[in-house]
Amino acid sequence: MTTPKISLQDVHKSFGPKQVLRGVTLDVAPGESMVIIGGSGTGKSVTIKCVLGLVHPDAGRILIDGTPAGRDRDAFLARFGMLFQGGALFDSLTVWQNVGFRLVRGKQKMPRAEAREVAIEKLRRVGLNPEVADLFPAELSGGMQKRVGLARAIAAQPEIIFFDEPTTGLDPIMSGVINELIREIVVEIGATAVTITHDMSSVRAIADKVAMLHDGKVRWTGPVGEMETSGDPYLTQFITGSAEGPIEAVR
Amino acid sequence: MAVIGIIDDILASIGRSVIELCRSVGRIVLFILLTLSHLFRPPLYVRELGLQMLRIGYFSLPVVGLTTLFTGGALALQIYAGGARFSAESVVPSIVAIGMVRELGPVLGGLMVAGRVSASIAAELGTMRVTEQIDALTTLSTNPIKYLVVPRVLAATLTLPALVLVGDLIGILGGYAVGVTRLDFSGANYIKVTVDFLEVWDVLSGLVKAAVFGFIVAVMGCYHGYNSGRGAQGVGQATTNAVVTASILILAANYVLTEVFFSA
Repeated sequence: MTTPKISLQDVHKSFGPKQVLRGVTLDVAPGESMVIIGGSGTGKSVTIKCVLGLVHPDAGRILIDGTPAGRDRDAFLARFGMLFQGGALFDSLTVWQNVGFRLVRGKQKMPRAEAREVAIEKLRRVGLNPEVADLFPAELSGGMQKRVGLARAIAAQPEIIFFDEPTTGLDPIMSGVINELIREIVVEIGATAVTITHDMSSVRAIADKVAMLHDGKVRWTGPVGEMETSGDPYLTQFITGSAEGPIEAVR
Repeated sequence: MAVIGIIDDILASIGRSVIELCRSVGRIVLFILLTLSHLFRPPLYVRELGLQMLRIGYFSLPVVGLTTLFTGGALALQIYAGGARFSAESVVPSIVAIGMVRELGPVLGGLMVAGRVSASIAAELGTMRVTEQIDALTTLSTNPIKYLVVPRVLAATLTLPALVLVGDLIGILGGYAVGVTRLDFSGANYIKVTVDFLEVWDVLSGLVKAAVFGFIVAVMGCYHGYNSGRGAQGVGQATTNAVVTASILILAANYVLTEVFFSA
């Protein structure tokens, strides 16, 4: 059996009296596209923030390629790319400077002119014209900002990419475009991907496997094709969007 | 029994406030230590530092200049009126000069920059926190303290003395303008008395104060912005807290430094 690319083992996290993660255990295989679904406040974002070290778990183990994160944070984080829910583009930097942010810093930094070329190439890859490169994020539409965020996430060819609600706030057509781009790019660069979403069309477009978080634990996990026939009442209620079922409508 | 209950409640409330104050002080001290530890470790983001020096120093010049100009003028009028009570009108140039360089230049400069820069830093970093830009920096292998906090703290600490020096000169100029045009002083004599009276330490002590105030302004702006609560309300609260704490700390530090520098 191959070592999982990402392995979460009994991860717990509380914020004050609120227990968000109550023992999350999940393995993501190398090159796999895992989509984590679940209601609001079930700990999906906290789970990936724990992997990245943005949030420190209270208990449990997180392994990447079978080993915990070492002391060299920069080297560890250099293996990851992340598309944030709101884009999280730096307002004070132009689009190309956002995309090439990592390229002009750190141990493998390259000259600015070269980084700009790479950034423009990545922008082309996500369907944006080179003219966009010198604009500021505030001058772009929501869909364009997501694409820039995607270009930034893949700029340094990461091994693992996280997508936090990649289609939230986008119209259905733009959502479809972003889903397609994510799928293509993940396959193209051979990365392991973990996506958080509520959008079931995204799940079907992006996922190899699906994990459902409920009440701070992984309630169900399996291939996307088995999702509809799982027989799990929680998963069934979630994917059908029914108000009736074991998941309380008011949380 | 009811009275004891009320006293209990009051004491508990005071206790909670004291504990929260101690926690806040502890968090600020840890933040300062963290910032200082990064200040002496590479990399230093020189481009960011230059940008912040321009924003904090150069763009604060009109505010500080106008403040010290009018204060210098008003000070000359007050000292003249006060001095006239015991026929000591001639002290106007020397007292304006010493008042500006030792006290009013650094304190007013610090307070004006606290209002302008502390608020702006807290709002900027608070918005970055709320929109996950600070998390994004971390995922891009960039330490947010090193990239956001260190350049601002260093820039404010380095530029405030320069800003105050210019402010001192403008303040003395304000006093000179009022002295010559309204109080019948001779221009040449006013300048001669000012230059003869001032000692190097008078100016230097003001500049040391300015550096400390610059550090306070930037640290308070960064601390409150970096730890901002969620949403617009959180950012607004962070901005208010930054300005209020920076202003109070400037006034407290001014007293302590004056005591250290000039107590007999």
